[in-house]
Amino acid sequence: MRIRTFGYFVREACKSLYRNNWMGLASIGTVAVSLIIFGASLITVMNANYLAARLESNVEIIAYLKDNVAEAEARALKEEINDLPGIAKAEFKSKDQALREFRQELGAQQNMIDALGGKNPLPHLYVINTIAPEDVVKVAEGLQGLKQVQKVDYGKDFVEKLFAVIKWVRIVGITIIVLLGLAAVFLIATTIRLTVFNRRKEIEIMKVLGATNWFIRWPFLLEGMALGFTGALLAVIVVGISYVSFTNYIQSNFNYAVFGLQTDPQFMLVLGGSMLGAGMFIGAVGSGISMRRFLRI
Amino acid sequence: MINMINVSKVYPNGTKALTDITLRIEKSEFVFLVGPSGAGKSTMTKLIFREEQPSRGQILFNRKNISRYKQREIPYIRRAIGVIFQDFRLLQSKTVAENVAFALEVIEASRKEIRKAVPEALELVRLADKADVMPSELSGGEQQRVAIARAIVNNPPLVIADEPTGNLDPDTSWEIVTLLQEINKCGTTIIMATHAKEIVDSMRKRVVALEKGKIARDEERGGYGYED
Repeated sequence: MRIRTFGYFVREACKSLYRNNWMGLASIGTVAVSLIIFGASLITVMNANYLAARLESNVEIIAYLKDNVAEAEARALKEEINDLPGIAKAEFKSKDQALREFRQELGAQQNMIDALGGKNPLPHLYVINTIAPEDVVKVAEGLQGLKQVQKVDYGKDFVEKLFAVIKWVRIVGITIIVLLGLAAVFLIATTIRLTVFNRRKEIEIMKVLGATNWFIRWPFLLEGMALGFTGALLAVIVVGISYVSFTNYIQSNFNYAVFGLQTDPQFMLVLGGSMLGAGMFIGAVGSGISMRRFLRI
Repeated sequence: MINMINVSKVYPNGTKALTDITLRIEKSEFVFLVGPSGAGKSTMTKLIFREEQPSRGQILFNRKNISRYKQREIPYIRRAIGVIFQDFRLLQSKTVAENVAFALEVIEASRKEIRKAVPEALELVRLADKADVMPSELSGGEQQRVAIARAIVNNPPLVIADEPTGNLDPDTSWEIVTLLQEINKCGTTIIMATHAKEIVDSMRKRVVALEKGKIARDEERGGYGYED
């Protein structure tokens, strides 16, 4: 294709975008709304996956010892724990140490500890890391088998709940995206159909003059893609601004590492890129449908 | 140049438009296609132009069977044929020169070719001074001359004119036919479907008369032969 020809396609596409401005705006709006939801679902799913991956890779097992185990016996348990298969590291934390840490976390509210009346209700515990994340369940069972161990705790419930949430976000998100995507495709198809109708005389003449089918199709395809792209651009701006302000809000108001939302440039690039790509795809499919049905060439 | 061998055309609704036509048209010929409405003139031009496919028989264009061309090759057949219609079919939103240039743009000619060929074509139809005028400001005869310029601007070996004078008064009709004759003298084959008795009678060119889908007459230096 000659560059000049491409210029012709772009000019023709622009002209008819200008001519069908109301239909065009409706199409752009629909694309934008469906892609905003697409973007929001993508952000949720990707962040949840990211969070789940981080949690999974450093799941710690905490083994609480029984209350009647003396500190010396508790410390001696370390060797026995280390003998279990799959253990990377086992760190002992005495009840005194646990209480000190608790006191630090409480900060100004020391009276809560004073209220305990000098007793320490916290158990001795071991913080254990496994070599491989998938060994967690096996190791936890092994620890449970030790007679000094009262209770074994690891992030299993949380991870499982998180995955259930991700699954639902995905299902609901995909359903909405598909429905709105179809609406957007339909609207773009209607817009392009109008263009084809407006230009039917010209198309007729082009055929007589020996224009190839692709020469005739390109301006329509570009028009559809431009509509999709513009809608996507709007969606990217809306989603981008909301997400950045949301993460800023979270980070300045909650200090939990668990809310480590992804804001690195690569993530934003993937997000924006896939939204723009989806927009152009919707546009191309929309005009493709119109051309198949209304541009018998 | 065109060789129709036992060509029949039956439309899907059952209309028998052409039956067993065998016709040969040589390069540089000027052929009038006459006959009553519905005799099959339009179908014949559509077959040559590959707008329709024959139901039976073969059509050779420059010794190539045009029904064997694939869908995407059809545009390239059409580039070898200039077409002129009764209703001109100019684009009202483009100037005269832009209408002529459009024929070259859609076949992706270079800007240089366009700059050279468009004024030449307009010169030939004597509309060089109207290059930047809109078609709506022209008379019918002038519009048809623009259409002729558009049909010949890429030098096709064949021009098909489908009742080119149907909407024009007699004087203007003569202008158009004279122009087609000039183009014919430069070696372009011309097939003109027409009802213009006077023109056919006085031109003394080859006349192919169709009746009910069959060739009723094929005479060198013939006349119109119908009283209508």
